[in-house]
Amino acid sequence: MEKHTLSVLVENSPGVLTRVAGLFARRGFNIDSLAVGRTDRDDVSRMTIVVEGDKPLIEQVTKQLHKLIDVIKISNITEDEYVDRELVMIKVAAEPSQRVEIMHIAGIFRARVVDLGSKTMTFECTGNEGKINAFEESLRPYGIKELVRTGKIAMLRGSKFVALSLAQAREAESA
Amino acid sequence: MEMTVAEALVECLERENVEVVFGYPGGAVLPLYDALYHSTRIRHVLVRHEQGGVHAADGYARVSGKVGVCIATSGPGATNLVTGIANAYMDSVPLVLFTGQVPTIQIGTDAFQEVDITGITLPITKHNCLLKDPSKLAIVVKNAFHIASTGRPGPVLIDIPKDVAQARISFKYPSTVRLRGYKPTYKGHPAKINEIAKLIGKAKRPIIYAGGGVLASNASEELLKFAEAISAPVTNTFMGLAGFPGDHPLFLGMLGLHGTRYANLAITECDLLIGLGARFDDRVVMNITSFAPHATVVHIDIDPAEIGKVIATNVPLVGDVKLILKELLPLIEKVDRSEWLERIKSLKAQYPLSYNRDSGLKPQFIIEQLWNCTKGDAVIVTDVGQHQMWVAQYYHFKKPRTLVSSGGLGCMGFGLPASVGAALAAHPGCKVVLVTGDGSIQMTIQELATMMEQGLSVKIILFNNSALGMVRQLQQYYCQGRHMATHFQFHPDFEILAKAYGIPAYTFRTEEDVIKGLPEVLESPGPAFVNCIIPPEENVLPMVPIGKGISETIECE
Ligand SMILES: Cc1cc2nc3c(=O)[nH]c(=O)nc-3n(C[C@H](O)[C@H](O)[C@H](O)COP(=O)(O)OP(=O)(O)OC[C@H]3O[C@@H](n4cnc5c(N)ncnc54)[C@H](O)[C@@H]3O)c2cc1C
Ligand SMILES: Cc1ncc(C[n+]2csc(CCOP(=O)(O)OP(=O)(O)O)c2C)c(N)n1
Repeated sequence: MEKHTLSVLVENSPGVLTRVAGLFARRGFNIDSLAVGRTDRDDVSRMTIVVEGDKPLIEQVTKQLHKLIDVIKISNITEDEYVDRELVMIKVAAEPSQRVEIMHIAGIFRARVVDLGSKTMTFECTGNEGKINAFEESLRPYGIKELVRTGKIAMLRGSKFVALSLAQAREAESA
Repeated sequence: MEMTVAEALVECLERENVEVVFGYPGGAVLPLYDALYHSTRIRHVLVRHEQGGVHAADGYARVSGKVGVCIATSGPGATNLVTGIANAYMDSVPLVLFTGQVPTIQIGTDAFQEVDITGITLPITKHNCLLKDPSKLAIVVKNAFHIASTGRPGPVLIDIPKDVAQARISFKYPSTVRLRGYKPTYKGHPAKINEIAKLIGKAKRPIIYAGGGVLASNASEELLKFAEAISAPVTNTFMGLAGFPGDHPLFLGMLGLHGTRYANLAITECDLLIGLGARFDDRVVMNITSFAPHATVVHIDIDPAEIGKVIATNVPLVGDVKLILKELLPLIEKVDRSEWLERIKSLKAQYPLSYNRDSGLKPQFIIEQLWNCTKGDAVIVTDVGQHQMWVAQYYHFKKPRTLVSSGGLGCMGFGLPASVGAALAAHPGCKVVLVTGDGSIQMTIQELATMMEQGLSVKIILFNNSALGMVRQLQQYYCQGRHMATHFQFHPDFEILAKAYGIPAYTFRTEEDVIKGLPEVLESPGPAFVNCIIPPEENVLPMVPIGKGISETIECE
């Protein structure tokens, strides 16, 4: 099944995440990943949601999301050119004798060491999903102790952008 | 102007022209009730259970076309609203509900009578919110009324902590709403309207499938003109009933599970299906592959999410039915459809609704008599079950908003409280008749007291079959007659019960009783309660068996 990336602008109001997550759960839509954070405006947050499903399903997801009063704008950017990134932190088992080897792998993925324990190393790495997966697989043989991923965030390439319309921007915060 | 939030709330209600609110007090809404105490314009109806309060507000909204308002306290008061909110949500009824909440600092501490009512009602409200900032009250209420009553209507809940209600604010009612995430589409796309007009011109066997959206949009008049202009028969969903005159030659009655065989066959034979404010419910479509198999499908609905949700649509059109029909009408060219209309006529003649009048007092007969007496000039409220379907089949609705019934949730217990709301909304002199079942009425029978306290003249017709008839019927067909938990072994004496509330009560056992007694009951000035003893084994027919297409109905032998 295809994966779709939705870039969703929402009111930065309490409960908005619950509303969106609840909608997915109750309508039986599967969220592949969801990342949420504030935009350049205090009152607006952006959710980047990756959903798996065929065209009609994605259409339903989009329409149902639109019905939430707190959802301001939805763009399905899947078909457009976009840059996407994910951040991962991986804590991997690393005996002193293995460290050089592991550092070498990290170098290939441009991952950085963020912490060092007596028997572990912790890396951070950003990139698209494929790169992050590959990095994870390369470290797996050493023993991954812990792994945290942020979920994907995405932005259109070039001069296109997903933002409030002028009118929407003017319509300052509502309840 | 400086005042408390509670006082400001009452002020907001007055600005929204709210005349009646339904509610039940408690600790968390003390400030609100104290503010209501001083209002001279708002009539507060004290119900006997909060579920009754929402249903009454719902019935009020359906008949008046206005927003229904209901108030409940925190905790149990709020949870008692849940069924009624779900009911209004399923049937797209505009309501604004206010619940009290524990004081802000206690939220999240499992305080006395604390429940997360915004969390609980998230999936069954069009919108809800917890009011934390007292200064936002006016804008939140203004938005709530706007959201509830525009686009696809629905319930909106506002949860107000007690300390917020007591806070002092300077009050100003906003004149406009600004909701950047909410802009319902009313005007239909002109290109699509043209396309639909062309399709109609080419169609040989068009049919109009009209739902609750026609009533929500107050488009009955336009629908009638449209149907006559294109010479197409009209079938109503259950929720669409009363949106088209029931005695019109183009009318096919209700379609679907318990629809007329001729409506279901006409759907099966049509080449153009025009869906107007209807949501292709599973009770209508039954089996998707055999629903309107030869038809090009046009779907007009104000909610984009309804279009394409159930069946693939050839021409989707988002917008308000009334506006769209107005734009469509001048584009219609007269086409001779006598062949199709002849076919419809013969289907009607071949498969009329029928029932056996062999023995006992038949429920269908009572409904026929009810129609004879009222000729459609009454508001009919129903509960849920067989009696509800007999009303749908045998009563001919004439005017919009004269049927009040729970369609989407199918919520037993809706009838009596809804009739209280309906009676408050109905024009003076307009009869309000509740047709209910012996199961349903016992779910909210406490509202008889509300009805009497308010001095309302509802005529209650109880279809007493000593059974949960609709489920008993299901057990007959799908459980080989193993009737489990569907026959009542005990009943109160309903006549005495009604009299205990001061309601004149009668028992009808024969057709003569009905013929003689019903007109008298309906003409009497006050309320009345009629206990009709009907055979327990009567079934609602036609009926489409589970899994079958709508043309494969079981008929009355
Ligand atoms: C025991 C039982 C048996 C039942 N059997 C049947 C049956 O045999 N046949 C049957 O039809 N139903 C039956 N029902 C009812 C059924 O469950 C549904 O409630 C009903 O079919 C839905 O009707 P509707 O499609 O008109 O939708 P509604 O729920 O009335 O929805 C209205 C639609 O109109 C749209 N709308 C609202 N406002 C506007 C506007 N201004 N402009 C345009 N569109 C608008 C909404 O978006 C929505 O899509 C039964 C119910 C019960 C309890
Ligand atoms: C609150 C609720 N509980 C259960 C049901 C399931 N149910 C649907 S119809 C029905 C029987 C209704 O009995 P009654 O009110 O006596 O009406 P009748 O079918 O006999 O006319 C039941 C139990 C329901 N619709 N609503």
